[in-house]
Amino acid sequence: MGAIGGCLVFLVLIAVFAALWAIWRYNNLISLKYQVANAWKQIDVQLKRRHDLIPNLISSVRGEMQFEQDTLEKVIAARNSAVTARGVAEAAEKENVLTQTLSRLFALAESYPNLKANESVRTLMEELTSTENKIGFARQYYNDVTTRFNTAQQVFPDSLIARTFNFQPVELFEITEPTEREVPKVDLNVRPQ
Amino acid sequence: MNGPNLFEQQKKNLRRTTAILAGFVAFLVFLGVGADFFLYGSGVGPGFPIATIGALLFGAGSSLWALRAGDRAVLESANAAPINRDDPRQRVLDNVVEEMAIAGGLPKPAVYVIPDSDPNAFATGSGPEKSSVAVTAGLLDALNREELQAVVSHEMAHVKNYDVRLMTVVAALVGSVLLISDWGRRGIGWGGRRRSSRTGGGIFLVVFLVLWIVSLVLAPLIARLVAMAVSREREYLADASGSELTRNPLALASALEKIDAAVAPTPSIKQGVAHLCIADPRGRLVNEREGDWLASLFATHPPIVKRIELLRHMSYQAR
Repeated sequence: MGAIGGCLVFLVLIAVFAALWAIWRYNNLISLKYQVANAWKQIDVQLKRRHDLIPNLISSVRGEMQFEQDTLEKVIAARNSAVTARGVAEAAEKENVLTQTLSRLFALAESYPNLKANESVRTLMEELTSTENKIGFARQYYNDVTTRFNTAQQVFPDSLIARTFNFQPVELFEITEPTEREVPKVDLNVRPQ
Repeated sequence: MNGPNLFEQQKKNLRRTTAILAGFVAFLVFLGVGADFFLYGSGVGPGFPIATIGALLFGAGSSLWALRAGDRAVLESANAAPINRDDPRQRVLDNVVEEMAIAGGLPKPAVYVIPDSDPNAFATGSGPEKSSVAVTAGLLDALNREELQAVVSHEMAHVKNYDVRLMTVVAALVGSVLLISDWGRRGIGWGGRRRSSRTGGGIFLVVFLVLWIVSLVLAPLIARLVAMAVSREREYLADASGSELTRNPLALASALEKIDAAVAPTPSIKQGVAHLCIADPRGRLVNEREGDWLASLFATHPPIVKRIELLRHMSYQAR
């Protein structure tokens, strides 16, 4: 066995190591992909639960909160539009609207002592508060895992594997509060009197 | 983002677990080999190493038992009862545990309540797939929802970082070292007499004998000190990674303040579980003596004041 044989052995060894490395990184990406899917499922479960709880809450507070019809209608409208949302970005947007109208309802309910004394309303409120928290924490976890997945697809040399097997970056579940995005208007002509 | 950092910590934790276990195994072998040499064997020649094998089997057996059934034993010893969702306070606890499980991306642990008026909480189990969180009734009374969430996040961090597994195994190994060293010390009484007529086997054997007897005497102390040190170090990490779940270190700080203010010890929680609790169940005395190095050597938890200070600092950095 001469120098050529030695070279061959060397090349085969390199090829084997490269293949092993590729398998290892590919599996890492696959495992992240399933973590992302699982994290999304967690959010989805909690969103569904919130959609199911809202009609109950509305019907049990309606009698007491007659003067807040406007807020109640807004909650129902936001809920109905969120139920039909498709995809991460649309769900994020519509669920944010629902979160905001709900938190307004919660704030208003604070000033109705009869509601706070009612056992079943209190239980519903606690369940909804907890569901709100779960959505928040599930979103936090989903965004962490998704960021890890997206980063893993872009760092070199893992990006080679990601491109070869056509991995796609996943959308984050972002909080978009409309008021935050608007540029505040500043009028420089107004002078203090 | 702190994710990879925490991941590193978990890896380090698992590595250190292996090192500590190796240390305990080596210690058990040392005790066993000594017993074989001086109590059962010829004193010089290699006989059948019955004590070595016995010590190892005993350590392995009690660790395995602890991993399989230790959590149930711990919960029973604390009189913990499964949660009742009809009680509004316990329903909040159940919800909070599920929230934290979601935040950590873990399966939801079983939830228990301990009928004790002193605020305290602990986690137990063999890992994220099989874990339990137990909270005293006093804690449910004393804390608001945010603070309760913070305490649960601390316990969930113990589960996520594999602290529950480590502490379960360490507790079992400490128990085996205590039993085996006790048995060895008794053995010296008659074993020593039996061999008193024979001359020693050289300087090496004498040194070995002295070392062996010294470690037999010190074994209970050493084993306990290792367990305490392991536990103390985990508390800071659980405070930090728990706050990463809630993103609210100040809530944990104020929960710790309230727990600290309850001076009384928690009688329902036995000493053996102390290292799993959020605060030392022996009460304030141990938590308070900050400067005393001897007291801090035997403490299962770092001083609460220091933990609160670190949490405050954390929230300041996050801003």
